[in-house]
Amino acid sequence: MAFMQRSAASEILRVLDHNLNVDPHFLIGGLGVADPKGVFGTTLGLAEKYGPSRVLETPTSENAMTGIGVGLAISGYRPLMIHQRLDFFLLAMDQLVNSAAKWHFMFGGQQSVPITFRLITGRGWGQGPTHSQNLHSWFAHIPGLKVVIPSFAHEIGSLLQASIDDPNPVVFIEDRWIHNMSVEVNDLRINQKIKLGTAHICHPGNDITVVSSGYLSIEALKAVSNLATHNVSVELIDLRTIKPLDLETILQSLKKTRNLVVVDSGHEIASFGKEIIADVIMSKDVLLNNPPQLVSLPDVPEPTSHGVIGAFRVSAAKIAMSILNTLSFSAPKDLFHKLTPDKEDVPDATFTGPF
Amino acid sequence: MSKQLDLERLYRVALRIRQVELKIAETYPEGKMRCPVHLSIGQEIPSAIFEQVKLPGDTVVSTHRAHAHYLASGGDLSRMIAEIFGKVTGCSRGMGGSMHLIDREKGFLGSSAIVGNSIPVGVGVGYAKKLSEDGGVSFIFLGDAAAEEGAFYESANFSAIHKLPVVFILENNLYSVYTNLGPRQPSDRSLSYLADAIGLESAKAKDTNFSDAFLKLQKLTEHARNRLGPSFLEISTYRKLEHCGPNDDDDLGYRPKSEIQKLKDLDLVHFLGQSTVMSLEERNHTLKVINKEIDSAFEFAASSPFPTFSEISNGVYAT
Repeated sequence: MAFMQRSAASEILRVLDHNLNVDPHFLIGGLGVADPKGVFGTTLGLAEKYGPSRVLETPTSENAMTGIGVGLAISGYRPLMIHQRLDFFLLAMDQLVNSAAKWHFMFGGQQSVPITFRLITGRGWGQGPTHSQNLHSWFAHIPGLKVVIPSFAHEIGSLLQASIDDPNPVVFIEDRWIHNMSVEVNDLRINQKIKLGTAHICHPGNDITVVSSGYLSIEALKAVSNLATHNVSVELIDLRTIKPLDLETILQSLKKTRNLVVVDSGHEIASFGKEIIADVIMSKDVLLNNPPQLVSLPDVPEPTSHGVIGAFRVSAAKIAMSILNTLSFSAPKDLFHKLTPDKEDVPDATFTGPF
Repeated sequence: MSKQLDLERLYRVALRIRQVELKIAETYPEGKMRCPVHLSIGQEIPSAIFEQVKLPGDTVVSTHRAHAHYLASGGDLSRMIAEIFGKVTGCSRGMGGSMHLIDREKGFLGSSAIVGNSIPVGVGVGYAKKLSEDGGVSFIFLGDAAAEEGAFYESANFSAIHKLPVVFILENNLYSVYTNLGPRQPSDRSLSYLADAIGLESAKAKDTNFSDAFLKLQKLTEHARNRLGPSFLEISTYRKLEHCGPNDDDDLGYRPKSEIQKLKDLDLVHFLGQSTVMSLEERNHTLKVINKEIDSAFEFAASSPFPTFSEISNGVYAT
């Protein structure tokens, strides 16, 4: 008998439903939360169930809605605000950086701001320069924010719950491609408690450590699993949260492997990936055998054309090549070909856009 | 519900704000208050009028020029001065300074240094008041420049959609730092007209007409308190000193001499002091009591310790 499957989007819906149900002070808001598509299915039916006051359809006012969320948060509510693209949320930087992130500190710790921002990043299907930006490094730079980047469908609910439960502003970044990933409904891991700031070793290994986050951990796992069949033993660490950063798990792994590849979905300049590399190099506990490598986007905006997206994007094949280069191993025959899908602008053949 | 303006109380509140600000200006050169200060000298009346409208359970957010709003809300004076001194006994434990004042017990939820920044926060507080049916009103102080920020339009729009119990009090002192309204807003469009068009119940008043400004604010506050929707009052006023700091900046020449002279001659706190609201004897006594309170606040601030570094780094996140 086949087990029932549930998508990551349904997992998010389950967690939002649960919190709306048990906490009268929890509410969600955003453009589209009550529309017929329900933010990629993650809010479907909630407005009907809990009413328009707590499932708040908002005007297209990203900055004010962020500040309104802060006002709710300092008044005893626990708002979760949703933006269908991270890029849209750039209009809200004043309220995120100067209000949400600062409030607790600048008023001497008298008032916390328990607010969660779900930001969805586009990927592929021509999302292009302004619908696909992975700016987690920006958010990580701001004291007062926490930054969570879920990777796997079986963890997305737990990480969202931990973000909602946190008394601080949490930026929760969802890659659009994760929404369609699935998990078995009986998988016990969907109810595990995950503490923010704890990374997860999703594939143990001895030769090299790969540190990754978000959707790219899925790509990295493809690369790592493939290399395992060629006797390359890779330890893959999925960060889950980049702030707080679980540096300890990374350093412990490196004491064993002494080789490092960091995968970052953002642009290479001033990237969080380089932050990790710097932390490792500055650490007295680890001496690497080979120079660490970064797999990230070039210092170029994402092109829209699906004809060139493959060359631009971080993929399983590029991660595998970086691992092999770091170890000075030659690539097994056909590796790149095996790890490269026919269409690089979709997660699978079922994805047909348009958004 | 409606009442008349209590002129004696207006004078007491305005005088106290004036004396506090004068003391800050006078002692600022000693170098113990090492943060920007945006003084309210000349702009006391809107706050003193507001003081007679605010009720327990109401809340307030404010701007970089927050001293008068904080004091009129009942904010603790000693903790405000200690905050400006950067001391751990300050209302924000020394982390915020003059521009980040807070006294939650008195409903003063915070002031912010970014123009327009506290407006959406105050609207969010208003939304919380609507959801929790607590009966209070969320007051939002802003200046004329904040009406040029997108945050104002967005927030006013949202408050109108949801008929929130929010009162916007816009103090129009004609200047954004050193820039007059000319290049900033069309001369034939008033701010109250603009607010009205967005959907706020709106009126315009001058701080020189105490009673009219009070009655308008009272009426607009009742509108919000009765859950009829958000409201907006523009009060024209004038700051006497420089944008930021303890001195005047008339030498810069950005304000016409005739304007400065006309509006400075119209010293409203002085005018009230010379009027019949209080006898000379009582005025002298009131001044003495206020000055004693202020001296004691400054002594408290001066003798308080600074925060420690561990306190700073531990204060970033709530646990």
